[in-house]
Amino acid sequence: MRDMLTKIAAFGYAGLIYGFIFLPVAVLVLFSFQDGRLPVPPFNGFSLQWYEAVFADRKLMAALANSFLVAIVSSVIACLLGFLAAYALARYKLPGSALQRGLLIAPMTVSYLIIALGLLTVLNTFGISLSLWTVGIGHVVINLPLCFAIIYSSMGDHHINIERAARDLGANDFKVMALVTAPMLMPSILAAFFLSVTFSWDEFIIAFLLSRFDVTLPVEIWSLLRSGLNPKTNAIGSLVFLVSVALLAVLELTLFGKTKKS
Amino acid sequence: MTAAVSVHNATKTFGAFTALNDVSLDIKAGEFIVLLGPSGCGKTTLLSILGGFQSPTKGRVTIAGKDMTSVPPAKRPTTTMFQDYALFPHMKLRDNVGFGLRMRGMAKVERDEKALGFLDLVGLKASADKKPHELSGGQRQRVALARALAVDPDVLLLDEPLGALDLKLRRQMQDELKAIQKRVGTTFVHVTHDQEEAMAIADRIVVMNQGRIEDFGPPADIYMRPRSVFSAGFMGEVNFIPGKVKSVDATAALVETAVGVMALPIASFTASAPTSGQAVMLCIRPEHFRRAGEAEGPVVSLGDAKVTGSAFFGTHYRCHLKPASAPDLIIVAHMPQSTAVADGQIVPLAVSLADIVALPEGT
Repeated sequence: MRDMLTKIAAFGYAGLIYGFIFLPVAVLVLFSFQDGRLPVPPFNGFSLQWYEAVFADRKLMAALANSFLVAIVSSVIACLLGFLAAYALARYKLPGSALQRGLLIAPMTVSYLIIALGLLTVLNTFGISLSLWTVGIGHVVINLPLCFAIIYSSMGDHHINIERAARDLGANDFKVMALVTAPMLMPSILAAFFLSVTFSWDEFIIAFLLSRFDVTLPVEIWSLLRSGLNPKTNAIGSLVFLVSVALLAVLELTLFGKTKKS
Repeated sequence: MTAAVSVHNATKTFGAFTALNDVSLDIKAGEFIVLLGPSGCGKTTLLSILGGFQSPTKGRVTIAGKDMTSVPPAKRPTTTMFQDYALFPHMKLRDNVGFGLRMRGMAKVERDEKALGFLDLVGLKASADKKPHELSGGQRQRVALARALAVDPDVLLLDEPLGALDLKLRRQMQDELKAIQKRVGTTFVHVTHDQEEAMAIADRIVVMNQGRIEDFGPPADIYMRPRSVFSAGFMGEVNFIPGKVKSVDATAALVETAVGVMALPIASFTASAPTSGQAVMLCIRPEHFRRAGEAEGPVVSLGDAKVTGSAFFGTHYRCHLKPASAPDLIIVAHMPQSTAVADGQIVPLAVSLADIVALPEGT
């Protein structure tokens, strides 16, 4: 009896937690299928009209493409720089390496708003006009610490002998890095890459402050919202959510599953 | 290929710690050398210096007569087989073995063929397309050996390669290593702390302790005629009986011990010629004790001894004995398996003179 009660309490608690986290998203997705003009209860019936409207909207589609571009290019750069920094700090004795590690990770603790304002000032000072490139720079700034931290933590001492072996067999530093270290760390490099992509994909403040004519999807959605609630925003929101979920699923299935096995 | 290796007065210090203390060593081409010693004795440091991963604070290293002291690992005619194998986890076995050849610019077809040949040498040709994590410890070991040999080094350096294997597999791999070394003819320098392993594979053993070479020679010499107290103790069980040289003449020295005075031939003093008044340590292996009257050749009697404990070890009885003349001394002796031994039994002990080694105390 007692067991039964604790079981029910446990399931109830878990249900509440997941409800708290996912109910907003569930409501968002549900009302993206609303047959009517307002994404609020009551639910009038199932319709795909708003998805049709989203795919017909040139501005939204352009923003979607921009988001993809910025996410992928900035993540590749963040991973590359993160990997190089991690390699240097893990393998060489550098002056003040603890301080350097701290400096590299520090941007994680700074709010995106501050980073965006700082970058805006710098860009203005140098007379660089705002574009998708400047958004990309912003996203490299916020994702580099993440990529560095993930890749650095996966560089174990047991890799040192493997790199030594490669060097012993005649590989130069570049070849050791390209043929041995990077492939060996590929699971964590890819994990860093995909996480970085999802963060860049969802990011609003930096994208908003550092872009002008070409904007990313979150910025475009924001400008849609200014004209009032509309099931179309639910539809595009659901698509954004779907992409994030898909990325996480890929990550989980291909990478985390694999590292568990080996 | 193969080459001779020489170390001249190598010293390596890390801060205040001296890992290697003025070590000199000459290794002939094609020899299987084992560096043996407890952890922290400097054997791994010496191997790193040979491989170029560390450079000596003082001294020189030559390989095939050429000075290699400051040549990086990649440019040396050496390859190292690491304790944890250090295989490339993301590469198939054939790519692991072919890696060194790839770095030397060999075309894919050619190096695959050569890699397969070396995998065949270690009996893993059929697994060429597997990845390291699919293999057992012993198999990884073999791949590491094939990879190190594939680049045709003059000298192969092995850093405790068998340390992670279980006993049975270790014995098997020792035989294989020895057989492969004979086949390829490369100079092998192998590090271990297991004296049985050292005796099983080495042409010559280098016994090291506290950064110095204690002893250097073929396994039988190191075991039977050790040149230091440390070396005698490290190579296997041994009884130490302290004594004092009373007088020395041209052929023998008279040594006074708790179990009697004995005239030892000068040849028993393996480390240095005896001097009158010198404190010495007599080293006698447990299997060298005989019951008086059983031994052949000149023997020295140690008087009667009482058995205080014994255990059957298969090949022999291992007994603890208390000599009547020196009740403070405990002697460990191996008695033949054919004769049962009982506690409290009195046994007349003797040793062949040729089996006794006398070393200056404190070496």
